[in-house]
Amino acid sequence: MGTLRAESVGIRATGLTKSYGSVQAVRGIDLVIAPGETVAMLGPNGAGKTTTIDMMLGLRRPDAGTVTLFGVSPATAVRSGLVGGMLQTGSLPDCLRVRELLSLVASYYPHPLSVDDVLARTGLGDLAERSTTRLSGGQAQRVRFATALVGNPGLLVLDEPTAGIDVEGRHEFWQVMRGLASEGKTVVFATHYLEEADAFADRIVLMAHGRIVADGPATEIKANVGSRSVRATLPDVDPESLRALPGVTNVERHGQTVILACSNADAALPALFAKFPEVKDVEAAGGSLEEAFLELTAEGDGPRLQEVAK
Amino acid sequence: MSGATHVRYELLRSLRNPLMYALSVALPLVIYYAVTSGNRHAFVSAAGVSFPLYFMTGMAAYGAMFAAIGPGARLARDRARGWTRQLRITPLRARTDYLAKVLAAYLVALPALVLVFLAGATLGVRLDAAQWFEMTGLLLIGLVPFVLMGLILGHVIATDALVQAMGWLVVFFALFGGAFGSLFNSGAMLTFVKLLPSYWLVHAGPSALIHGDWPAQGWIVLVCWTAALIPIALLAYRHDTDAV
Repeated sequence: MGTLRAESVGIRATGLTKSYGSVQAVRGIDLVIAPGETVAMLGPNGAGKTTTIDMMLGLRRPDAGTVTLFGVSPATAVRSGLVGGMLQTGSLPDCLRVRELLSLVASYYPHPLSVDDVLARTGLGDLAERSTTRLSGGQAQRVRFATALVGNPGLLVLDEPTAGIDVEGRHEFWQVMRGLASEGKTVVFATHYLEEADAFADRIVLMAHGRIVADGPATEIKANVGSRSVRATLPDVDPESLRALPGVTNVERHGQTVILACSNADAALPALFAKFPEVKDVEAAGGSLEEAFLELTAEGDGPRLQEVAK
Repeated sequence: MSGATHVRYELLRSLRNPLMYALSVALPLVIYYAVTSGNRHAFVSAAGVSFPLYFMTGMAAYGAMFAAIGPGARLARDRARGWTRQLRITPLRARTDYLAKVLAAYLVALPALVLVFLAGATLGVRLDAAQWFEMTGLLLIGLVPFVLMGLILGHVIATDALVQAMGWLVVFFALFGGAFGSLFNSGAMLTFVKLLPSYWLVHAGPSALIHGDWPAQGWIVLVCWTAALIPIALLAYRHDTDAV
């Protein structure tokens, strides 16, 4: 295992593409993730997050491009016990109790955690003797999380890990994740909740339409996708002067149209009208992340993509 | 990593399946007692094969066939639940998984056989130790094609259709193999049923009694079925798990 870790890159994806029939799910992903990083893959449904994750885990073969985990192929990394994963879909095998399932999965890995430890950490202590088929959705999701952890892998890849978990459960979940990250594990998780990505990840990889549209520290991305975006027709204005407006975090120009990502649209709009009286066709888009993505990424690829993104 | 835990849990999961007991243990025992009680002193051939012995092997084979395809049914359920996909991102090797499933099938089949043998003994079946041993050995070997068929079905059939498919498969092979009594004693149909692996499974008892072994044809049929099913199983496995 020492030799596998010699490579200082945790995950390296180069030129990944993947299509299903006529739908291009992933359109060229280049990504380098260092060991110990916690990275959120953020994007609306259909952005290509799951396909990218499946390729990272070796569950899908890229049409083009390569992925390595700790310098080796995903299959080799998986066989060496370096990877723990939580897939987006799937339920638990039947005829087993929760503790038994975790012991079983632990037995596959070279250096597993203690099952009791994992049960305690994931709040499953009371459910240890429960049959896997008699769990609520949220409980089953916790067990799936526990199966990803119990092998004590260096890399955790989690596809929408908190889907179906209630608010309190989410809180506990991220508590556990913080602990893992502080132990130096590399964590990659997909989510479509900006708050989750922001609260937990060191870095956010923003995906839309099968591409990475932004990649950087959480604070930066959050500012870019903002809570609202304002679109207006405003030719011949220097984007920098728009960026200087209060509440505006980012500016994009598409021909005569400018798109302002706003952390505070209530402050930005009056300032916009005051400073540029010639402004026309002002629209303030709703605050959903999905809309923000579409605003930020609508360039070039028209309605077809929006359909895919839906 | 050791496969021992995996084998243990495969077995545990088999033993927790009530349908398993019904089909591989209870059903053959009930049929055996019901049918044999009235025919305790009958003979099925001039070579001295008693009805209780013949039917004991038939029912042992019938129950063991269900036990043998059990892991295939479990595989199908795991596949439907997305669990096989989850397993593919753990270090568990496919061959370890397969071996564990085969071993679990045998660990379930063996006691199922022994129970029917005990029932046979209570109804007057008397063999010497070597004959019991040979018969058990032949039955276990004859199950190989059925374990493979179970795994193949587990990879290709959706779960809701699976129980039916496996039920019909076993009934077909059991019936034509003669588990419920010889259907054909001559002609083209006899030639046909002698090409089925279940024919030799069902005739493990008489073969052990008379020759201590199958005739060459029995071995050839079983080897051919096994040789044909292994690549099909591998194909089914690849088709199911290939990264696409």
